[in-house]
Amino acid sequence: MGEQAPAIELKGISKAFGPVQANKDISIRVMPGTIHGIIGENGAGKSTLMSILYGFYKADKGEIFISGQKTEIPDSQAAIAAGIGMVFQHFKLVENFTVLENIILGAEDGGLLTPSLAKARKTLLELEHEYGLNVDPDAVIEELGVGMQQRVEILKALYRQADILILDEPTGVLTPAEADQLFRILDRLREEGKTIILITHKLREIMEATDTVSVMRRGEMTATVKTADTSPAELAELMVGRKVLLRVDKTSAQPGDVVLDIKDLRVVDDKGVERIKGIDLQVRAGEIVGIAGVAGNGQSELLEVLGGYADATGEVRVNGQPLELSGKRSDGRARRARGIAHVPEDRQREGLIMDFSAWENTAFGYHRDPDYQSGVLLNNTAIRADTEEKMGRFDVRPPNPALAAKNFSGGNQQKIVLAREIERNPDLLLVGQPTRGVDIGAIEFIHQQIVALRDKGKAVLLVSVELEEILALSDRVAVMFDGHIMGERLSAETDEKELGLLMAGVNA
Amino acid sequence: MDMMPKWAEVTLVPLISLVLAAILSALVILAIGEDPVEAVNLMVTGALGSTYGWGYTLYYATNFLFTGLAVSVAFHAGLFNIGGEGQAMLGGLGVALACLLIPWPHWTLALLGAAGAAALFGAAWAAIPAFLQAKRGSHIVITTIMFNFIGAAVLNYVLVNLMRPPGSMDPATARFPEATHLPTLHDILLPLGINFSKSAPANVTFLIALLACVLVWFLLWRTWLGYEIRSYGKSEPGAKYAGISPVAITMIAMLISGALAGLMAINNVMGEAERLVLNAVEGAGFIGIAVALMGRSHPFGVLLAAILFGFLYQGGAELALWTSIPRELIVVIQALVILFTGALDNMVRMPLERLFLMLRRGRA
Repeated sequence: MGEQAPAIELKGISKAFGPVQANKDISIRVMPGTIHGIIGENGAGKSTLMSILYGFYKADKGEIFISGQKTEIPDSQAAIAAGIGMVFQHFKLVENFTVLENIILGAEDGGLLTPSLAKARKTLLELEHEYGLNVDPDAVIEELGVGMQQRVEILKALYRQADILILDEPTGVLTPAEADQLFRILDRLREEGKTIILITHKLREIMEATDTVSVMRRGEMTATVKTADTSPAELAELMVGRKVLLRVDKTSAQPGDVVLDIKDLRVVDDKGVERIKGIDLQVRAGEIVGIAGVAGNGQSELLEVLGGYADATGEVRVNGQPLELSGKRSDGRARRARGIAHVPEDRQREGLIMDFSAWENTAFGYHRDPDYQSGVLLNNTAIRADTEEKMGRFDVRPPNPALAAKNFSGGNQQKIVLAREIERNPDLLLVGQPTRGVDIGAIEFIHQQIVALRDKGKAVLLVSVELEEILALSDRVAVMFDGHIMGERLSAETDEKELGLLMAGVNA
Repeated sequence: MDMMPKWAEVTLVPLISLVLAAILSALVILAIGEDPVEAVNLMVTGALGSTYGWGYTLYYATNFLFTGLAVSVAFHAGLFNIGGEGQAMLGGLGVALACLLIPWPHWTLALLGAAGAAALFGAAWAAIPAFLQAKRGSHIVITTIMFNFIGAAVLNYVLVNLMRPPGSMDPATARFPEATHLPTLHDILLPLGINFSKSAPANVTFLIALLACVLVWFLLWRTWLGYEIRSYGKSEPGAKYAGISPVAITMIAMLISGALAGLMAINNVMGEAERLVLNAVEGAGFIGIAVALMGRSHPFGVLLAAILFGFLYQGGAELALWTSIPRELIVVIQALVILFTGALDNMVRMPLERLFLMLRRGRA
């Protein structure tokens, strides 16, 4: 690419939020016509950096150059004017508008809608043709799949004549096949001379899609390397600052008796939509069964039913005894009494009360346990002591039971939940998204704990949207699509490709 | 990583808010041509300068304590009970029925019986909005407000048509019998050698309010029920996950809240008026909201806030009595206090947080 000016150059960008230094003296050069990956753990400062580039935040220090020109970006209008387009992780589309209406939203020209719609339609069709992005301009957003919605977001940026596209965790909601399609689109955009910044925490995507990768850790840019010259192990080490085990170390499973036996389970949600459409599933003692699937295909409902806070019909047995699926005897307390522990998918909404201290959270769900009572009162001393012990065993930092849950990092929050559930020595552990928003260092530890529980002869049902995690952790994988189980595979005998097809509803 | 130390949060924020409210009030008093220093002087001596003043201040504070606690308990469950007014009104009806229908041998028994009736009636009046919220999702703010009006209408009907003594022109019940009269602070403190004002209305109910304060604290922070109430108030999905029933907690929290509001009636109806009159609550149900806001829904914060509002009420009454400052201005001053301590909390909090942050960084 010779002596071209970089499409984006950041020099010495710093940004602090109160006492937290989110970005420290960051410099980066992104060459035009390349895909540049930015990888880092949650809280490493990736999003802050991109928000500065897109004009949401103002940097405390530092300069931004676009195509060699020093540029001030006080707001997102200025970013768009400078040719920067952003595709957010959570789409910013009006659900009940058509594609075309969404595209021109905020970029209408003239006071009358009809002529600008007509003009936009022409431009849009040209763009679609040029980049091979086929979307029906008249389709209503809510009727489109997530992959399509993402294309609309990309088209929105292109319509605003973006030369530089920033994609923030774009594959979070996509099936592997949809993700591959996205990468093909990004390739095409690169060929047409666009510059792309891809923000992600997934090593695999960086390796597959990018030309250059920058690694961020704790607000600092620790390295920028050519993707071809690096390896996932090296990147992980750069992200965490120490060597990490990327594979889960485990022996093969020794499945015992059936612990969880589900027959023809059906769940209808509040709106009357059937979310689980009759599934059969077994989990045996001493095995981890992973439920793979794109978010929203019934996995969450499955956990909610088994965890005791959604009604269902069908038959579920735990250790041979039937489980109530509706009514008073089916609540979380009854489930815990049956030896079912549950690490919920969303720890901040469900698993923890963020304003409560760590010790109050350790009692959460078990607060009526005799161990935690003295008469009618809660035995706060006992709960505190228990919390301190659990925090020690699970290496929660800081090991301060009085600190509010919201003041722990994601990984430590998850450890608090995990310690609470696993230390009860349940027969069946339900785990949802165990490592979502958790740093790599803690992931390793959390995986080890789940495997250790399995090795003690307990049954584990794992739900995760991270296929890598499912494959690494599970002994057996069931794939859910549209409320059905599309198929079951032994994890040793399958791969991401096969599971990816099942996740997309294709039964091979 | 809290923005500022706990002590600053619980002391500095309300104090500064209060000072701001006082300064604005002083400006308003200046603007109508009166002397603010003189006004403060009058308020303080009027409310705190004599046992008579204290007697009124504590009497008002007792009312606000009950309604403030009522709002606080509901707040902890994430419910905004605006119906304290109506619940206290119905509590008054309970007190009147208990005092008039049952021939009590001694005031202690009468107090127990009347308190039970007050709590029961208050809780019953909160139960319907609570049920509608828990089962049908009707918003509790709307329903409790509506129930204030319904409560007033019910009381009006009962007083005019059913409980008014024959021949009386006054929509009020007959006077309660002698045996139900509660000892005033004068009666209680005299054996201790303290000559408390005889004509002030503060009575034994104040001690019960203090007890209620302690009990609410125990309930919320030491029992599993309180734990469930607070959990539900912080996160409904979390509560469901933990096996806490939203329906049960909504009902229980509102019943407790209604009972506390109802209990106020033993102070104003049984302790002071000794009969049930129309509009006996006099807005104390609404003041309870401000008291709970200012006391940050903590029983001891509520205690301090209730005494502050008792002071404002009594001091304000004195002010209206001795100066040409109109009664309405007192309401303005009270409103300013509510505005600053309740609604504009963040206006004081944010600069304070920044200040503490600067101090910390300066030290680091």
